[in-house]
Amino acid sequence: MTNASPDMNKVFKRITEDVRYKEGLKSCMNCGVCTAICPAAEFYDYDPRLLLTIVQSKDKNKIVALLKSDFIWYCGQCMSCKTRCPRGNCPGLIINVLRKVSQEFGYFTESRMGRQQYAVMRTVGENILKYGYCVHPEAVKPELHPEQGPVWEWIFNNRKDLYERLKGNLNNDGPGTLRKIPAETMKELHSIFEVTGGMKFYSLIDEYSKKKVKEMGFEQDEKNMNRYFMHVYKDTGQGNS
Amino acid sequence: MKKEGKQQVWKEYQKDIADNDYYFQRSCIRQNFFPGSEYAFLKILREELGKNIYDDARQTTCTGIGYHSDIIPFETIQTVVARHFALMTEKGFHNFVISCVTSFGIYSEIFETWKEFPSELERTRHYLKEATGREFELPWNMTHASDIIYKFRDEIFSKRKCSLVNGDTGEPLKIVEHIGCHYAKIFPRKGVGGAEFPQVLSGMIESWGGEVVDYPERRHCCGFGFRHYLVMADRGYSVANSKKKFESMEPYKPDAIVCNCPGCTMFMDKWQYVIAEMENKTYGTNGNGIPVLTYEELAGLVLGYDPWDLGLQMHQIDCEPLLDKMKVKYDPALKYAGKDGEELGVPLQPNFIH
Repeated sequence: MTNASPDMNKVFKRITEDVRYKEGLKSCMNCGVCTAICPAAEFYDYDPRLLLTIVQSKDKNKIVALLKSDFIWYCGQCMSCKTRCPRGNCPGLIINVLRKVSQEFGYFTESRMGRQQYAVMRTVGENILKYGYCVHPEAVKPELHPEQGPVWEWIFNNRKDLYERLKGNLNNDGPGTLRKIPAETMKELHSIFEVTGGMKFYSLIDEYSKKKVKEMGFEQDEKNMNRYFMHVYKDTGQGNS
Repeated sequence: MKKEGKQQVWKEYQKDIADNDYYFQRSCIRQNFFPGSEYAFLKILREELGKNIYDDARQTTCTGIGYHSDIIPFETIQTVVARHFALMTEKGFHNFVISCVTSFGIYSEIFETWKEFPSELERTRHYLKEATGREFELPWNMTHASDIIYKFRDEIFSKRKCSLVNGDTGEPLKIVEHIGCHYAKIFPRKGVGGAEFPQVLSGMIESWGGEVVDYPERRHCCGFGFRHYLVMADRGYSVANSKKKFESMEPYKPDAIVCNCPGCTMFMDKWQYVIAEMENKTYGTNGNGIPVLTYEELAGLVLGYDPWDLGLQMHQIDCEPLLDKMKVKYDPALKYAGKDGEELGVPLQPNFIH
């Protein structure tokens, strides 16, 4: 094992103090059942067994390299690994910890799939604070979601009438489907984000992404950040963005 | 399929499901894509089963999709969940019913975390008090909404207008069931039948006259992948996983797919359209896809609700082949109409699939 820098020690401490690390990695015996059942291992060059081997080794250089790579972003969070592990480990939960720390230290912008966190924050993240929902009909724009097909486009274009026809309460006061979340409730939600670090975490993703844009030689203005959003949203790594 | 051994295993995974007096936690995805399903769930509980269930305007998202896409800190989601428990407590309820499988996994994970690490619970109580002034009690009973339908499946069937039987042949309809990974894979004992032999949907199907299709990739993920679907560049992961399931179920010629999780319902519906457009491949008969329904929609059809009141017009894959087999009455002219029958136009026809 090579010597670890102070920063690496700080990174390792952040990982190991998370309760999800304590819960998700007790003692891996390297049987590989997690990899056998993992949908991400079938689709990507991903291997949850290798992930646990590296984390369990406590080799801080290798762990920091993981945090800068695409590897930790391959997991689809189905948690099939949790059901199968004979030791009760959960590689998917360790992934949550590694992704959190990768973003806290700004390592996520070093990999293509890590950089996508900016797009996730700008879509689902902003939906939560704007609407009080992770997903909202006004935010599922057909041009960003061609896979939703022509029926969704019809729903999107007729959303007020259609949700009303289905006894919904779209953007209105009172209870019911897709009701407008009351202002007092939104205030409480924002307050929870302030108190628990949710707001600060969004800011970190934003700041590190802007830093990346600057490294790429661009001004960090709104126009370029929107271009960066579309780039990370569409870039498959095969020159198609 | 031989069931004796499986029934023995199921007995070990029977969960306690409260009888009445529920606090309802809505689902972001179900409200967006299947709004008729949550309406039908509340109608079935209140009007068919005579239950008391509270629908609270003050709820928000649980933030679960953001959490599993790793933009929401664990401390934040724990406190959002705690706020919902506080709203339940303030209204005098103790039985928490969750409409979303992702949320069900979230609430279960947090509940277990608080048992294992009491300091997390104490810190969450502190955060919630500071942010909102609220306090909370833990629920006495926590279920997914489908658990309630499962519990009262025989009572629902006793009020049936039709069953899961092909009206022309008298044969049981062949139904694929998909329970969604976060229903029982994380905490098998929190799902009816556990992770190996989940019974929550198969119990409904068999009680309502249908036959469950047991196919090789029955337990494989639909491919949501959270961040993988949210980011356009990674959607190949999502469609590839659904495709694996479609290829595996196709030889069994299912009449329909019923899903527990609103996300899975949406993906199994939309990805059939995408595969058809990309590869000219369909998995149903006569150029159709396989209709994909939520369990509330299935229950609603059994109870004789109008398919367009249930929201089946919001599905990309036409559900009419299933309705015709079940001999469900419907007016094709009203499929895409508004609440007073006014025309809202019609969706464009896909190039390949019906």
